[in-house]
Amino acid sequence: MKIYARQRHRVLQVITRLMVPFVLMFGLYVQFHGDYGPGGGFQAGVIFASAFILYGLIFGLQRTRRVLPPSVLRWLMALGVLIYAGTGVLTMLLGGNLLDYDVLAHDPLHGQHWGIFAVELGVGVTVTAVMVSLFYGFASKR
Amino acid sequence: MSIEHLTIAVLLTFLVATAIGIIVLRDLLAAVILTGLYSLVAAGAFIVMDAVDVAFTEAAVGSGISTILFLGALSFTQHEQKPRGRDSWLALLFVVITGGLLIFGTLDMPRYGSATSPAQTHPELAKRFIEQSADEVGPPNVVTSVLASYRGYDTLGETVVVFTAGIAVMGLLGLKRRRPEDETPEHAPGDLPHEPGHDTDRLT
Repeated sequence: MKIYARQRHRVLQVITRLMVPFVLMFGLYVQFHGDYGPGGGFQAGVIFASAFILYGLIFGLQRTRRVLPPSVLRWLMALGVLIYAGTGVLTMLLGGNLLDYDVLAHDPLHGQHWGIFAVELGVGVTVTAVMVSLFYGFASKR
Repeated sequence: MSIEHLTIAVLLTFLVATAIGIIVLRDLLAAVILTGLYSLVAAGAFIVMDAVDVAFTEAAVGSGISTILFLGALSFTQHEQKPRGRDSWLALLFVVITGGLLIFGTLDMPRYGSATSPAQTHPELAKRFIEQSADEVGPPNVVTSVLASYRGYDTLGETVVVFTAGIAVMGLLGLKRRRPEDETPEHAPGDLPHEPGHDTDRLT
């Protein structure tokens, strides 16, 4: 993939510098506000990853790799699934069914809240890591 | 015919036009951009149908990430589709038969917005989720309740699918391979001037 870098595209670089924090912030908003509005872990993961992809397109892979190294991505991919599955195992250990969040807190509604929070976080982490590593995979080879 | 139906009809017409454009275009780069447009129009149609969560996903994944990944795949090949030979009539026949069967299959589906469709009238589905999810699960967004709690097991499977896709790409493309130009440090606005013997390029 053609990565625009070095001294060219000064305007794009400045705009990207400005945009990336807002994109990341919006990703976090979608992640943690998904209970109340549209969105959730999957959408948030994609938006979060798109910030890194934008950065990678404009500033080159090497800089992006320093922020989010592929070795870390590999762990994050597995971590998300582990958070999700771990929540399920935890509910079983606490005496409920798999992914029955009622048992996570004294009040079933609070338990549901914690459970959904953890599960969505797991989805978000895995999706972010997979999307960014898809980009790394395509961009680092040609 | 309400304004909503008209809007959806117009959006679906755009979808068909975009799809035909994608097939006809020889310039693959333009075709990739059109797939992004296709997803964006589909997202608009989903919003009109009040499926904002689906529209959100379609806009983020369809017109965002997958366009980028298509462009990435395109960089492995040429931007121009090779001219094909004559299209075979047999292939056209099979495509028409398959398409006809698929359309025939949709005839059994309930009409758009039908209030008497099984999904609406089933006592344990839509009615229950809308009326009781606030007491049973809590979040005001029923989609989140269904996705993460009622059908949490399915979403676990979906997450594993995404994880598997990531592993597959790592296995096929690898993440370690680097080009020499990736290794040379680059300067961008806002960087400190480079001092010899001191790595100022590191992002702080």
